[in-house]
Amino acid sequence: MKVLVPVKRVIDYNVKVRVKADGSGVDLANVKMSMNPFDEIAVEEAIRLKEAGKASDVIVVSIGVKQAQETLRTALAMGADRAILVVAADDVHTDIEPLAVAKILAAIVKEEDPGLVICGKQAIDNDLNATGQMLAALTGFAQATNANTLAVEDGAAVVAREVDGGLQTIKVTLPAIVTTDLRLNEPRYASLPNIMKAKKKPLDEKTAADYGVDVSPRLDIVSTAEPAARTAGIKVESVDELVSKLKDAGVV
Amino acid sequence: MAVLVVAEITDGALSMDATAKAVTAARPLGDVTVLCIGSLARAAAGEAATISGVARVLCAENALYGHRLAEPVAALIVSLAGEYAHIVAPATTDAKNILPRVAALLDVMVLTDVTAVVDADTFVRPVYAGNAMQTVRSKDEKKVITFRTSTFEAAGTGDPVTIDDVAAADAPGLSEWLEDRVAESDRPELTSAKIVVSGGRGVGSEENFAIIEALADKLGAAVGASRAAVDSGFAPNDWQVGQTGKVVAPDLYVACGISGAIQHLAGMKDSKIIVAINKDEEAPIFQVADYGLVADLFQAVPELTEKL
Repeated sequence: MKVLVPVKRVIDYNVKVRVKADGSGVDLANVKMSMNPFDEIAVEEAIRLKEAGKASDVIVVSIGVKQAQETLRTALAMGADRAILVVAADDVHTDIEPLAVAKILAAIVKEEDPGLVICGKQAIDNDLNATGQMLAALTGFAQATNANTLAVEDGAAVVAREVDGGLQTIKVTLPAIVTTDLRLNEPRYASLPNIMKAKKKPLDEKTAADYGVDVSPRLDIVSTAEPAARTAGIKVESVDELVSKLKDAGVV
Repeated sequence: MAVLVVAEITDGALSMDATAKAVTAARPLGDVTVLCIGSLARAAAGEAATISGVARVLCAENALYGHRLAEPVAALIVSLAGEYAHIVAPATTDAKNILPRVAALLDVMVLTDVTAVVDADTFVRPVYAGNAMQTVRSKDEKKVITFRTSTFEAAGTGDPVTIDDVAAADAPGLSEWLEDRVAESDRPELTSAKIVVSGGRGVGSEENFAIIEALADKLGAAVGASRAAVDSGFAPNDWQVGQTGKVVAPDLYVACGISGAIQHLAGMKDSKIIVAINKDEEAPIFQVADYGLVADLFQAVPELTEKL
């Protein structure tokens, strides 16, 4: 069974985000970029399925600018077998919307016929939390989002999902789309020898047009602004002072 | 034009708070129809019919919709989509699971976690963990939206409106519910609680979280946790407050042993009053706190519990 894992190149989660002064967006020029953290969890889970003998090949895909090649090399260094880069934008500031991404992925699913697609639950740039569900809709596959645990057996996946108030366990028929939550696993670091080996692993380069998908946005970005700032209050010296302040404010 | 609000229902019970907030957000967009879906939905529909500003309630009660699996529920919503320009829901994990599937089936984009409605096509939503607010205009004919409940007031209640039954749609039968493991708790629900007490990495262990819980129980508060505390296994993920967890805006938020990472601030900075207790006086949490106490939480938190 092949496992397909889409990965996104996003601003590194440790980098402070700066809104451009003209309100046109967030400044991404000369900023450290990394693999979306939830996608790292997805890559790790796919590799573990391969190590457990449940998956044959792990294929990683990235859709965006040419530089996403680096993100794919990271996934290959972690242990993925091969990569597909779909160039769909020239400018690093162009974000391909989840609907277009899902359409390209659906076309790749048709070609590659994976038994399972594991996606990150959301990208930490647009925070949309949509690609996995949209891909499930377009392929007509079952979906299991926010996975806390994943077990694959007899043509089905059993997934415990993180839901409001606890966990919901469901069984989905394969092929299916699973999206990862935080606690599914802890992704490994790629070792230096594996980083060297990854450079020789196959990476196919395609374009959105190869899949006949129109990636023009459905949403026009009107403006991007700094959020309303909150100002620091006062420091209290003791628990007693804190209690009296809270009583004065009428919240306790 | 008309708006379809998908009500939040768990095991037959309506989440009045989340649903009434989504109604408030939806009102400027047109006449509001609330859709109640579940294997038990009639009682919830009766309750939803009393929310002010609702014109009509649809009830889809069918065994197919127990546990609200995404495939049959999305198929049902799509079967009803025709007359609505907007299909919306409160941004719960349930709606976030279902609505993007609905959007793709309708060949439109989804707008998640919307915090403000500018006009029928234009909406504001946070991106980059709330470090930027983006105003976007949709070119799609239909809009599929989840509203971040913490930024809207709940609509009041009034005389009930008519409830109409709707037929079940075709079910794809791709998934099957096995079990729910729900944490039993008498505490209020995190996203609608008036007071939230949260612990961070500084709490140190799962056992130590008891002192956070003791303060929460004294205040009748919900318990929250930072992502660092969840990652470290101190607290369950459904307590997580932040970009990748829940977004809360209570009257009082007490952050204990939380440094104030950007990802956490995104989930709580709209709280009315923020208290921070941390032994590191340089912690960024103090930059957003109304009242900061530089102290060892293992002394200060039990003392606070005792003195309140």
